[in-house]
Amino acid sequence: MSNEAALLSVEGLVVRYGAIEAVRGADLSVRQGEIVTLLGANGAGKSSILNAIMGLVPVAGGRVVLEGNDVGGEPPEKIVRRGMTLTPEGRRVFANLTVAENLSIGAATRRDRAEVEATRSDMLELFPILAERRDQLAGTLSGGEQQMLAIARSMMSQPKIVLLDEPSLGLAPQIVDTIFELIVRLRDRGATILLVEQNVELALEIADRGYVLASGAIALEGSARELSASGDVERAYMGAH
Amino acid sequence: MDVVVQQTVNALALGGTYALLALGLAMVFSVLGLINFAHGELMTVTGYAMYFVLTAGLPFEIAVLVGIVAAIATAMLMERVAFRPVRNAGTATMLLTSFAVSTILHMLFQNLISARPKALPVPDWMIGALNIAGFDIGVIQLMSISATALLLFALTVFLRRSTLGIAMRAASLDFPVTRLMGINANMVISTAFAISGLLAGVAGVLWLAQRGSVDPLMGFLPVLKAFIAVVLGGLGSLSGAVLGGFTLAFIEVALRAFLPDDWLPFRESIALALVILLLLVRPEGLLGRKEAIR
Repeated sequence: MSNEAALLSVEGLVVRYGAIEAVRGADLSVRQGEIVTLLGANGAGKSSILNAIMGLVPVAGGRVVLEGNDVGGEPPEKIVRRGMTLTPEGRRVFANLTVAENLSIGAATRRDRAEVEATRSDMLELFPILAERRDQLAGTLSGGEQQMLAIARSMMSQPKIVLLDEPSLGLAPQIVDTIFELIVRLRDRGATILLVEQNVELALEIADRGYVLASGAIALEGSARELSASGDVERAYMGAH
Repeated sequence: MDVVVQQTVNALALGGTYALLALGLAMVFSVLGLINFAHGELMTVTGYAMYFVLTAGLPFEIAVLVGIVAAIATAMLMERVAFRPVRNAGTATMLLTSFAVSTILHMLFQNLISARPKALPVPDWMIGALNIAGFDIGVIQLMSISATALLLFALTVFLRRSTLGIAMRAASLDFPVTRLMGINANMVISTAFAISGLLAGVAGVLWLAQRGSVDPLMGFLPVLKAFIAVVLGGLGSLSGAVLGGFTLAFIEVALRAFLPDDWLPFRESIALALVILLLLVRPEGLLGRKEAIR
């Protein structure tokens, strides 16, 4: 692993909830411009890793290095200002705020109004449905639309890297395809993405590299092609139970 | 007809004070999940600040200003000193902390100032009534109504238009995700307390202008009323708190005006019984969110 080239690297990360060790020494890295996917069965610790990276849950051990700085243990609002953000599991758009307000708040860290407007029109172009629904309350959108809004909201801060937690969760297969196409388009525009997914096949289809998590530790890693070709991913999944 | 107009004005004036107090409680509750029972003491602080300014021989207007600023400062100080350290300890801990803050402030007022009421003379021009369209409307009532309207308008603009305002609404819906937007948690909570202090300060001035005196326990009854207003309107809803405040005031004023004399001693109980009745029909409050929203 060439850590010096990594935008984000996680080294020996440990996450504990009381006596339970949810993540026991996970290592992973994401380079500029990559889509890296983190796979694993339910409860393997995927979300725990993302939440710890973002400072939403405490880091009990190890380091989270963003552009050479150890950001482990910093509060989320500070980490966002450093250029890393998370689109949380279950979308969690602000239901009683309009689509436009959701986008505005995504850009809360930025001062230059003209630049914010440029990003906004960029996002509305990428997600035209959001332009149509601009003044609607986010809670009235469909699941797929909410997912698009959640991603667009994250992009409003112009992050260097986005952590996407289960963007396919609870969505119809067709919508999932659309969302994944949009993720690829985001990467083509220069975004760097760490993607947590249950949908192994789709995730490996769009990712450059992948990690498989089992019982809180990395069980397997490799290029997306290697991982989908070998049957090891399924085996690692089974091993988790 | 005359009586109806007169009593409507009374209800609007009283409702405005309740609404401001309830809104302050709801503001803090919406971002922190805390019902701050020391909220009433902010009014008392306003009262004593005004008392000291007036005793120093300064004009009433200065006293009002100092009184409101004192309430804002006390609210922010409460947050910093008492609530921030226990923020992650759960809502029960914060609730108990708020009782402690309230009790400590009572003790300080009693021991450092006096257990007896201190007179707060109101300038003559506030005592009279103005004749508007053939109706005599009290100056204090008029001030209450306009101050409430102005503050509600300003607060609405702030919450709708400013980034910090939108952030506060977002924080009331989902605090962790709001932090993911890069918004400083302390900033949002501190602002909520500052606003609650401002509202309590203004409500305090209006309340004190009616009473003409300040004593250590004066905050208890209004904060209780505000709490009822918040629950009646729907816990967590800001517009609900305002509506709850006005509803409670209308019930109280109507009972005071139209109840037979023999029944008057029971008017508080009847008012609360009506509130319970309303809550039986709408357990989530007048504007409360039903849990079923998905």
